[in-house]
Amino acid sequence: MNANSNTYTFIYASILVIVAAATLAVTALVLKKSQEKNIEIEKKLNILASVGEDAGLSEAKRKKDFVEETYDTYIVEDFIVDGAGNRQEGDAFNINMAEEYHKIKAIVASKDEDKKESLRSQLRLPVFVYKEDNGALKYIIPVRGVGLWGPLWGYLSLNDDFNTIYGAVFGHKGETPGLGAEISDKAFAKQFTGKKIFSGETLTSIRVMKGGAPKNNPHAVDAVSGGTITSDGVAAMLKDCLEQYQAFFIKMKEEFKILN
Amino acid sequence: MEEKEPMFSAKILKLFTNPINKDNPVTVLILGICSALAVTVKLEPALVMAVSVTLVTGFSSCIMSCMRHTIPNRIRLIVQLVVVATLVIVVDQILQAYAYEVSKQLSVYVGLIIVNCIIMGRIEAFALGNKPWPSLIDGLGNGAGYGLILVVVAFFRELFGSGTLFGFQIIPESWYISNGGFYENNGLVILPPMALIIVGLIIWIQRSFNKQLIGK
Repeated sequence: MNANSNTYTFIYASILVIVAAATLAVTALVLKKSQEKNIEIEKKLNILASVGEDAGLSEAKRKKDFVEETYDTYIVEDFIVDGAGNRQEGDAFNINMAEEYHKIKAIVASKDEDKKESLRSQLRLPVFVYKEDNGALKYIIPVRGVGLWGPLWGYLSLNDDFNTIYGAVFGHKGETPGLGAEISDKAFAKQFTGKKIFSGETLTSIRVMKGGAPKNNPHAVDAVSGGTITSDGVAAMLKDCLEQYQAFFIKMKEEFKILN
Repeated sequence: MEEKEPMFSAKILKLFTNPINKDNPVTVLILGICSALAVTVKLEPALVMAVSVTLVTGFSSCIMSCMRHTIPNRIRLIVQLVVVATLVIVVDQILQAYAYEVSKQLSVYVGLIIVNCIIMGRIEAFALGNKPWPSLIDGLGNGAGYGLILVVVAFFRELFGSGTLFGFQIIPESWYISNGGFYENNGLVILPPMALIIVGLIIWIQRSFNKQLIGK
């Protein structure tokens, strides 16, 4: 057959594309399971890191087994709440925070109270419950926002007074290395421990302050140097997400008061 | 019939060693600079990137060489793209499955191997006119030449930018100013411009040893 004829070219292209597509489909199918597992393990590890239970990881022989085991031991419950603080049915672990973040953005941007209310009722926010060896419960919530170059995320764990932060962990997609990227450093996250998100009955969230937070201020931490927009992004992420959990926190605080 | 060449004749070996030194794709041909800047902050991702690129250049050259007599000339470049893209996606998928941490660090740059000029360059310049075996060696050699520079650059950037190598602390903790010492990591080394400067230094050193490369 003439290698320069149209028919030959069409047939050649078609076969090539079919072969390439088949190769890719097979690869994707074969590897899908371990890829999904990796994502699941990473999420579990982040949740554990927010309560400091990732310490044994470097000594663990098999990272996956360590994460699975620790997660099953310490994370005793997970559930979903909506923006009004009511529990919802569903699988909390597999909630996609990126989608929830779109709703949160719409709520924050909207000025109409009724619309905010209806949007809030559509939120599905996960809460993970961590039980310490001594029986104390910590509540872990995911947060999500945007930095300078892309999305930011993190997990915040709260004591059962729903005010004091027990631990935090942050991640990012592509902040500047050495500058904004430092938010995923343990040293940055460590500052959050012991900070308070409520001042009296109002939610103050945590400010991330350029030039350093004043000592003894329970509502502020130091920003990362050279990463102003990323730091502001962290502050906005905390404020926007905590606001959505506020109703849930207040409900739980009431319960906490009654119990004590 | 022509005489059969041995598998590892001196000529074949040259195909592998030349691109590592005097035909180096990064320092002599100045190809693939973009990714050399992007993935060399730490050694581990740089090494994974080097291996990935080597495999992709090697196999794409080999496959294209096998197909070279059948490809319709009018869609030659598209055929090359399809083959290279398929290989790159396979590599990306494998990294996501078995080296998840590193694949996260490399992020888009694995996908961008497709546009690494070394690959298309070797296919056009070599694979389309040579047999599969020499093409494979030529591809692997060029990948290795690229990878070598990547690893050297990453070595310096990780050592001076983070004080570590492969994540292990090399510079003693007690040297750091925060621990009462005199040393601090160099923040500039982490940023891309410094990679360009290190590549420049490598080119300088290479040329001072090999005068043939200067001003032809």
